[in-house]
Amino acid sequence: MAILVIAEHDNASLKAATLNTVAAAQQIGGDIDLLVIGGNCGVAAEEAAKVNGVSKVLVADNAVYAHQLAENVALLVADLGAGYSHILTAATTGGKNFLPRVAAKLDVAQISDIISVESADTFKRPIYAGNAIATVQSTDSVKVITVRTTGFDPVATDGSAPVEAVAAVHDAGTSSFVKAELAVSDRPELTSAKVIISGGRGMGNGKNFSILEAVADKLGAAVGASRAAVDAGFVPNDMQVGQTGKIVAPDLYIAVGISGAIQHLAGMKDSKYIVAINKDEEAPIFQVADYGLVADLFDAVPELESKL
Amino acid sequence: MKVLVAVKRVIDYNVKVRVKSDQSGVDLANVKMAMNPFCEIAVEEAVRLKEKGVAEEIIVVSIGPKSCQEQIRTALALGADRGIQIETDDELESLAVAKLLAKVVEQEQPGLVILGKQAIDSDNNQTGQMLGALTDMPQGTFASEVNVTDGKVAVTREIDGGLQTVSLTLPAIVTTDLRLNEPRYASLPNIMKAKRKPLDAKTPADYGVDTAARLTVLKVESPAERQAGIIVASVDELVEKLKNEAKVI
Repeated sequence: MAILVIAEHDNASLKAATLNTVAAAQQIGGDIDLLVIGGNCGVAAEEAAKVNGVSKVLVADNAVYAHQLAENVALLVADLGAGYSHILTAATTGGKNFLPRVAAKLDVAQISDIISVESADTFKRPIYAGNAIATVQSTDSVKVITVRTTGFDPVATDGSAPVEAVAAVHDAGTSSFVKAELAVSDRPELTSAKVIISGGRGMGNGKNFSILEAVADKLGAAVGASRAAVDAGFVPNDMQVGQTGKIVAPDLYIAVGISGAIQHLAGMKDSKYIVAINKDEEAPIFQVADYGLVADLFDAVPELESKL
Repeated sequence: MKVLVAVKRVIDYNVKVRVKSDQSGVDLANVKMAMNPFCEIAVEEAVRLKEKGVAEEIIVVSIGPKSCQEQIRTALALGADRGIQIETDDELESLAVAKLLAKVVEQEQPGLVILGKQAIDSDNNQTGQMLGALTDMPQGTFASEVNVTDGKVAVTREIDGGLQTVSLTLPAIVTTDLRLNEPRYASLPNIMKAKRKPLDAKTPADYGVDTAARLTVLKVESPAERQAGIIVASVDELVEKLKNEAKVI
């Protein structure tokens, strides 16, 4: 068996999600090729070569892949992937975007968001927003899979795999990149942070998130938000933790002014420790919290910051 | 331009999901069903395109048991012009759904196909992208803004780091994210009118599509329950617990 893993990167760096995906591939077992698709992605490819457990790194470096448009990337992966037993990528917005196109081109099913590997053809995945876990077996010749990164511990990065260039250029010619508006932050990314502090509707407005940022600065934490806070316009959508936002599992998750809707719990309930700060003692978030503090967040959060 | 919208009948998002005791699946007997929330946003977007004069006709298609005609009627009441139901009692996988939709696309030749980004039951997030591959149409997934101008559509997408805008040649596929729009409610007169709008009933065999499953669901279980912890009395106690008991700060 040989497994093709498609790396998550932004040309300038390899994303941590790649390391969790390679870990899932190791559990399946077999030679692992790591494919980096981008434009001017030499740095990301160098980082990919250091990922442990990888037999070789394949690099498709061409302007047509610079923005990883799904139409072009899928044609390339379907072209290269047909000879592999498994094709894996992270279940990020990037992986979710192109991989189903690959599956359809290969005329196979896709298994989305796996959280565990039971055997080479059997996997567990959450359905109904994580309210049920399905064990699914595939009969397809190529298993096409997206990996929920929180389900697998990342592999180390002290390896040195050989790097091979891929010459194939696929340009569907039907889509083009216009612009990106990406959040710039010195804080860690939500999906790889060890500590996350999130605010909900109880924050009242976007300005008040500054008290969470003060705590985040002391803990080296990422700042997240519930869907209620995003929908109310307090903060941008890329901060949303939940079923339709980011799925996270940090060591410590501090939920501030978040009631604990099922939608939100689906995105954070695998965190190691959960702290809830809420003035409503009936809030469902307390049912999943390891430590609950019933208090007005505008008193408790600044006090917490001063005591860290 | 014709706009094709695909909708799915799913468990209502307010219903608490229960796993069957024999682990064969989720209990759907006597449970309230509704249109998948992301599909509602897809219908709304199509109706807004028609109101702007961009779309001339909205065709809504649903694949499922006879009862999914309810969701087609809902879409017709919201402003779609006609419906197609492809009847099957099997739970089709995304690939089979995409193959059926590709046949509908071939017949109807829409300029734009709008789907929800995922269904809240299977959480696959695949059908729109697969339809794109099967028809060689470009895609704008997880859309938060859609603008159609001379032969192209600009789609702003919600991605992990923020937002990305792509320009696609029509015909194209759009899958909706939550913040694309806020769906309207159907008015009573429109619900009455919808009953007289045309609805074609078809079967997968009419389209010559093999819908055989590729995956076998071996079992469905409840997730591990998280136990509630303790209520601390003060911020001091919280900091002490995090430092000395949990050792996470």
